[in-house]
Amino acid sequence: MPAPAEKYLEVQRSDEFAQLRHRLRTFIFPTTVAFIVWYSLYVLLSAYARDFMGIKLIGNVNVALIFGLLQFISTFLIAWYYSRYAARNLDPLADDIHSAIDKAPATTDGGKS
Amino acid sequence: MAPVLLAAEASAGTSRTLTITLFLIFVAITLGITIWASRQTKTATDFYAGGRQFSGFQNGMAIGGDYMSAASFLGIAGLIALYGYDGFLYSIGFLVAWLVALLLVAEFLRNSGRYTMADVLAFRMRQRPVRTAASVSTIVVSIFYLIAQMVGAGALVSLLLGIKPDTEFLGMNANTAKIATIILVGALMIIYVTVGGMKGTTYVQIVKAFMLMTGALIMVLLVLAHYKFNLSALLGDAAAQSGKGDAFLEPGLRYGVESASASATFYSKMDLLSLGLALVLGTAGLPHILTRFYTVPTSRIARKSVLWAIGIIGTFYLFTLALGFGAAALVGGANITAQDKAGNTAAPQLAQQLGIDYLGGDSGGAIMLAVIAAVAFATILAVVAGLTLASSSSLAHDFYASVIKRGQASERDEVRVARFAALLIGAVAIALSIFAQSLNVAFLVALAFAVAASANLPAILYSLFWRRFNTRGALWSIYGGLGAAVLLVFFSPVVSGSATAMFPDQDWHWFPLSNPGIISIPLGFLFGWIGTVTSKETDPEKYAELEVRSLTGHGAH
Repeated sequence: MPAPAEKYLEVQRSDEFAQLRHRLRTFIFPTTVAFIVWYSLYVLLSAYARDFMGIKLIGNVNVALIFGLLQFISTFLIAWYYSRYAARNLDPLADDIHSAIDKAPATTDGGKS
Repeated sequence: MAPVLLAAEASAGTSRTLTITLFLIFVAITLGITIWASRQTKTATDFYAGGRQFSGFQNGMAIGGDYMSAASFLGIAGLIALYGYDGFLYSIGFLVAWLVALLLVAEFLRNSGRYTMADVLAFRMRQRPVRTAASVSTIVVSIFYLIAQMVGAGALVSLLLGIKPDTEFLGMNANTAKIATIILVGALMIIYVTVGGMKGTTYVQIVKAFMLMTGALIMVLLVLAHYKFNLSALLGDAAAQSGKGDAFLEPGLRYGVESASASATFYSKMDLLSLGLALVLGTAGLPHILTRFYTVPTSRIARKSVLWAIGIIGTFYLFTLALGFGAAALVGGANITAQDKAGNTAAPQLAQQLGIDYLGGDSGGAIMLAVIAAVAFATILAVVAGLTLASSSSLAHDFYASVIKRGQASERDEVRVARFAALLIGAVAIALSIFAQSLNVAFLVALAFAVAASANLPAILYSLFWRRFNTRGALWSIYGGLGAAVLLVFFSPVVSGSATAMFPDQDWHWFPLSNPGIISIPLGFLFGWIGTVTSKETDPEKYAELEVRSLTGHGAH
């Protein structure tokens, strides 16, 4: 059940929540920027650096194909790394805050959630 | 190697009968599941969110089922078969897009919403205008996507069943078969959704994803075995057979084409960038994908389901690479374009060729063709069901219950309206598809992604992460992004003024690109920002509730 509004404001201002938000945002925002830049680089090279993309590396496997496959690998790695990061650094903190909301009576109305 | 046309005379009858039989088996199984699911569907949560009881793996498969459309399976394999490397660009955009959903959307949506995208958008806003806007954009995206899929199904049926323009099948010529297919697909999707709700639809997606992955895997293994698992040999053969040499393995044959005209080259490359942007940012704004996150019990399981989806979808796109190059090498571009200029039959033709080579000659070819054709129909059916469900949910939950009834509708009433909405949207989609079936509407899939990226994604991200965001900002970003994307496409060469346009004989185009994303996505974000800062409305308490709930899962439904 949702808690009263004052309770959420109180939690939002708490240090614990600030830390959760900080840990979350410092992971998801830079990572998003990074993979979008990395993907854009790939699209830009596909559009403007065709000679480079056409260089053959092993047999008929060229830079373009390797670059494309690297996008797959980076996607899998980021997904895996995020889930590990979240399980270690976000989930326990979120659980603490979650159960604290239910346990502690709200200071303003003393009601239960 | 003997050139093989689809459903070559000798095996046409066998293959056709088998395709229809296999498809009917799929329909029978899924209808059985749907009826079973309808008995388990009692509450609104059951209907909209499948009771929120699916596991991460189940929902991951279902996400794959919703996402891997015929455009992905037949379209990308065909693009690679005809244009080589450029088809791969599509797959990569479609896959990388899932990181946006994973990192920025899935868990927070699951934690703070209930049934639809609008639950999150309207959380701290004035309900009626925001829910109306979200509903409009949900329905527009879904209808565009539905028309593209249903017209595609109509075009495929004559190809996959081998109905030639001058022959008849069950008393139907190619044209009536097309219309009959659109009506059949439409009728089935309406039944899945109205009867089975989210629970039935989710199982349909799971069955379809399993069939698609299995069918594709068998073909990939046969292709790779043919080249003794030497990727370089496959690529070399594909390049040689294509007649385009090394250029076939490099970007530039389809997108960002270089020509003598400097301005044409410039626009072609901008178009490539624009498409890339819409692909990567559109996925996390597609309503039928967003509603999937509500079918699991918690946000952690939503996260897990996206991880599964990334694994399944990524594997599938790697498969399409082998299928596309395999079709180029083993079937050959000329044989593919002889069947379908757009290359949509490349994968089925490859299946037939592989069957002939490895599974006992013509009858083996007929069996493989039939299996893959049935998989293709199942694919289309599952995707349209997902789209119909998402749009009818929004019509009932957002528009009927919140806008018309101002939140006073009973749960039973809401579900009754949702079922009726599915019937209505299905009927509209059938009518529009029949009207559009002779037009080139392939661009509608890219347009659906562009609208999702321009209208929905800015509103979702601002809602979740920007304290200041408010009602006017939400309305401006949704209507602004939606309007910009649709208007730019309306005045683009895909609608008029080119040989491949929807209306090739007319010309009112002035926008040079086929893909609006590079303009309309920044506009969607900009409109949302301007709308927000010019309005004084803020609601710190509701934002506190949204932020705390979305990050901790407190009070989640």
